[in-house]
Amino acid sequence: MVALAVPYVLRSDFWLGFLITVLLFAALGMAWNILGGYTGQFSFGHAAFFGTGAYTTAVLHIGLGLNPWLGLATAAAAGGLVALLVGYLSFRYGLRGSYFALITLAFAEVLRILANSAEFTGGGVGLYVPLDLGIANLQFADKAGYYYVALAFAVLSLVVGWMLERSRLGAQMMAIRENEDAAQALGVDTFACKLKAIVISGALTGIGGAFYTHYYLYIDPGIAYGPGVSVEILLVPIIGGLGTVFGPLAGSAVLHGAGELARRLMGDAPGLSLIFYGVLLVVMVRFMPEGLMGVVWRIRRRSETQADA
Amino acid sequence: MLEVRGLNKSFGGLLAVADVSLRVTEGDIVALVGPNGAGKTTLFALVSGFLRPDGGTVTFAGQDVTGLAPHLVCARGLVRTFQVVQPFGRLSVRENIAVGAHLRFAERGEAMARAATVAQRVGMSHLLDRPAHALTVAARKRLELARALATEPRLLLLDEVMAGLNPTEMTEMIRIVRGIHDGGVTVFLIEHVMQAVASLAERVHVLNYGRLIAEGAPAEIARMPEVIEAYLGHGAAERMTAHAAGGSR
Ligand SMILES: Nc1ncnc2c1ncn2[C@@H]1O[C@H](COP(=O)(O)OP(=O)(O)OP(=O)(O)O)[C@@H](O)[C@H]1O
Ligand SMILES: [Mg+2]
Repeated sequence: MVALAVPYVLRSDFWLGFLITVLLFAALGMAWNILGGYTGQFSFGHAAFFGTGAYTTAVLHIGLGLNPWLGLATAAAAGGLVALLVGYLSFRYGLRGSYFALITLAFAEVLRILANSAEFTGGGVGLYVPLDLGIANLQFADKAGYYYVALAFAVLSLVVGWMLERSRLGAQMMAIRENEDAAQALGVDTFACKLKAIVISGALTGIGGAFYTHYYLYIDPGIAYGPGVSVEILLVPIIGGLGTVFGPLAGSAVLHGAGELARRLMGDAPGLSLIFYGVLLVVMVRFMPEGLMGVVWRIRRRSETQADA
Repeated sequence: MLEVRGLNKSFGGLLAVADVSLRVTEGDIVALVGPNGAGKTTLFALVSGFLRPDGGTVTFAGQDVTGLAPHLVCARGLVRTFQVVQPFGRLSVRENIAVGAHLRFAERGEAMARAATVAQRVGMSHLLDRPAHALTVAARKRLELARALATEPRLLLLDEVMAGLNPTEMTEMIRIVRGIHDGGVTVFLIEHVMQAVASLAERVHVLNYGRLIAEGAPAEIARMPEVIEAYLGHGAAERMTAHAAGGSR
């Protein structure tokens, strides 16, 4: 309810823009979390799904006039399809850990190079979505419209995570994360289960890419398939708390809050954000390996034991 | 129930399981014993689908399951436990057992309820909400058993569930295994502790350097010279004889 009223209270484009980014990356972080946090398969190349979603809607909208709302759905399908391919090739051959991470990174890089050289993706120049305001066209005169779309996307992702935590698939995913052999011994089809996880993750990430395209009305290979977006997506749940429902939301708020602060203090020099992400990652892994949600739990547990005493 | 015929498995030059044939009849408790490195765990891995045999067949409940993936073997009612326990460390005992229960129950609430029932059967009710990594060795062994039991197997392969337990815990574990057997589950167990073998098993197979060298009732095999030789330590065989004589049902 509070989230719905925000645009009426907060009439600043800057802050709405900030919240849109937070919500978009909360949703993307949850998408990564489903595969990385719950299933334990760390991807370094979620840009492969993000970029595919972004380009799918851009190409179909510009070339064939596909409605952008349908573009979101098509992007989900395309992201899921690429995920299925990556997942099939990796999991069929039993790739785990850093090998899996490297395969996903390689896929994203290959797609970036392809997008850079293909004609229908606009090559290195990228693609511009023509300005044509209207709800039917997923283009809004002010940021409030985009805010609601981002909010719906974040809610969708969180609900998917919430449902997974209460389902057999979710239980099996966590079992795989904890011990794949034991999961298999107990009748879990680990291959099928990991495929489902990566497809759900890829489909959600594809939607995020499509939203990006229609929000900024522009996409190029570096934005869509670059390592920057892969890193940003995986940082969100790592900061917030892996394998938790609210971790990605908390992580996204902190990541972009701190990012905004850093930009104000140090200016917007190129490459600075990647350095910032790197430092943040090291600090998190060193001092808060369970993320913000882990800290919340610890505080809650401490206050509970104090209440017991 | 289980029939193994001419099973072979080698690792590089090492013949870990060599031409092994044996049968486990429905309703039995059968033990597999043998010195360290005899190939016992490897045989379990071959039967449960974790390793693919180089030759031979595994038949379970009248169907050929040779080379079938572990989760499919499990779905047919044959489940193994691991010698080195493999808990889902950050999940609670209840969630650990529920993973097994989910094989038969799709609904989360139902699987969690089944988990509580199974925990009671192995005496873990008071530990349901404890994370698995915080359990003692004895409790981890029970959890390993409970998870397997939750898949509702017809044949349970237990790989050294007594190892590392003190005498009290072992007595308790023997009681639990007997209870599971009384509930209609056939049990095939690997065991180094001869006392446990003697008090549980009706038949014993002895494996040495990958080959079956003897088969019989616990008291019988303890008297066989080839078995005593395989173990080197005569003490083991003597203890076993004493127990089979004194502790048979
Ligand atoms: N994956 C593997 N790769 C190579 N060698 C292996 C592998 N697994 C087992 N071995 C070898 O095969 C032989 C049989 O091992 P196995 O674990 O089956 O013995 P075991 O009878 O269970 O012994 P223990 O009583 O010590 O558990 C050993 O020599 C072991 O080193
Ligand atoms: Mg062994």
